[in-house]
Amino acid sequence: MPMTITEKILAAHAGADSVMPGEIIQVDVDLALANDITAPLAIEVFYKLGTQEVFHKDKVALVPDHFVPNKDIASAEQAKTMRLFARKHQITHYFEPGESGIEHVILPEKGLVVPGDLVMGADSHTCTYGALGAFATGVGSTDLGVVMATGQTWLKVPPTIKLVYEGTAGPWVGGKDLILRALGLLGVDGAAYKALEFSGPTIKDLSMDQRFTMANMAIEAGAKNGIFEPDQITKDYAEPRSSRKQVCFSSDPDAVYERTVHIDVNSLEPQIALPHSPDHVRPLSKVDPVRLDQVFIGSCTNGRMEDLRAAADILKGRSVAGDTRLIVIPGSPDIYREAVRDGIIETLLDGGAVIGPPCCGPCLGGHMGVLAAGEKALSTTNRNFVGRMGHPTSEIYLSNPSVAAASAVLGRIGGPGEL
Amino acid sequence: MKCEGKVWKFGDDIDTDLIIPARFLNVSDEKSLAENCFADVRPGFAQNIGPGDIIVAGRNFGCGSSREHAPIAIKGVGISMVIAKSFARIFYRNAFNIGLPIVESEAAVDVISEGDWVSVDLEAGTLKTENDSESFVIQAIPAFMREIIRAGGLVDYVKQRGLK
Repeated sequence: MPMTITEKILAAHAGADSVMPGEIIQVDVDLALANDITAPLAIEVFYKLGTQEVFHKDKVALVPDHFVPNKDIASAEQAKTMRLFARKHQITHYFEPGESGIEHVILPEKGLVVPGDLVMGADSHTCTYGALGAFATGVGSTDLGVVMATGQTWLKVPPTIKLVYEGTAGPWVGGKDLILRALGLLGVDGAAYKALEFSGPTIKDLSMDQRFTMANMAIEAGAKNGIFEPDQITKDYAEPRSSRKQVCFSSDPDAVYERTVHIDVNSLEPQIALPHSPDHVRPLSKVDPVRLDQVFIGSCTNGRMEDLRAAADILKGRSVAGDTRLIVIPGSPDIYREAVRDGIIETLLDGGAVIGPPCCGPCLGGHMGVLAAGEKALSTTNRNFVGRMGHPTSEIYLSNPSVAAASAVLGRIGGPGEL
Repeated sequence: MKCEGKVWKFGDDIDTDLIIPARFLNVSDEKSLAENCFADVRPGFAQNIGPGDIIVAGRNFGCGSSREHAPIAIKGVGISMVIAKSFARIFYRNAFNIGLPIVESEAAVDVISEGDWVSVDLEAGTLKTENDSESFVIQAIPAFMREIIRAGGLVDYVKQRGLK
């Protein structure tokens, strides 16, 4: 029976020859992930189950990144709950600040997710790992607690929407624009309960960093997972990072899709998501030159090496506008180190940026750049819901890192072409 | 199982940041989360809920983050159930897992207004508006999910079946 890559990975983890959309299956999980916000509840569930040990101490990843370094006593207590659990159960993949970073940046970096894996994470952006040709989806803490105890969960096999990107992207257009364009077409529930498969000639040349950005935002269309078929670019990234068996699945030519959406990128401009929804997308030229109080470059969406490099390319020899603040947060210590070594951090500092420690930062309005009433921000993050980054009357626009850096220099929304 | 109460009406795409803003996620106990339920968009919401009150909303309720704190806050504040045109998938699982009943009904949501009195019989699959003026058949909950509810949530479901 012909299957999509998503169906093949699910079948392999259900011990079945094939699966069909709509079928409810029990699957074995390769990696269970939680962070400092979702782990405490999952740990509570784990103990309620009466379990003594996690299903596999190498297959649980606990990453403090949301409110770490801790912003207050309450968040410190939550991080402590996770830390003590990790020690007690000798969790191999628990990381303290210094080694830790944003969960969805460091797990692929450390080779903890490889092609063909099935990952369940108590964080909605767990779908990021689909960039590696893995099935990865977000769940709540109760589901995760059960996975930590049993190594298994249930899933309903999703139908797949295939996105076919065609053409060559122009200057200042990258993975962020490709996914924002798709969100504009699909809407915030356009792929609800479904798999999003990214394909087409444009994708073949995309770097892993760009692919992570795209898979990361599949959830913004309501999708269960976003996925790329692994190719040489995937292998070059994943093979040196892990000695685990890597299985590169691909969709059969006659696999059945719920629908196929073609996206022409030849004439695609940088895309901006306007307040207050990631599907409220316009091309940059159709967006008002909104004055900005803050620009943020970072997050599990755009906190990787290429993103920082793109920002530094714009900032080189330029300065952030007087009335605008620029916050840059490298997604991991490795990225931070490389950015220091390559002079990227110096360029950003010289341009007037403040650099934060690897963590989620202001993306979810927790700390390190919370917005005041009425403030307007441009951010390379994934969500611009009401109050997401601070006060409910603040406004968030989403863009790629080049546009964000250019806008920080201009003090308003604008493109690198205007500099 | 029956739920009956006054309606709090919301629109489409009610995200989890609206249900419980992230700045309140430095704790995870039900009482604290409940106090801040819809704190930004409906100030005083938590303080004005009557026993059994019901949230009625449009499409894609609970979209965004995976935070289970969202259904916990809603349940903790005293809301007996959520009726929506559709639910985002992580919220859907979370609600069942923690024992917050949710049902989808496009037709019912269109005619119910803020402040209406609504009663729902989950077993019979019926929804009635004030004075039985209108009644609707609500979508059956998938059999697999019904088993989880019958067990009292995912934790008890797993315990009853035994850990492997």
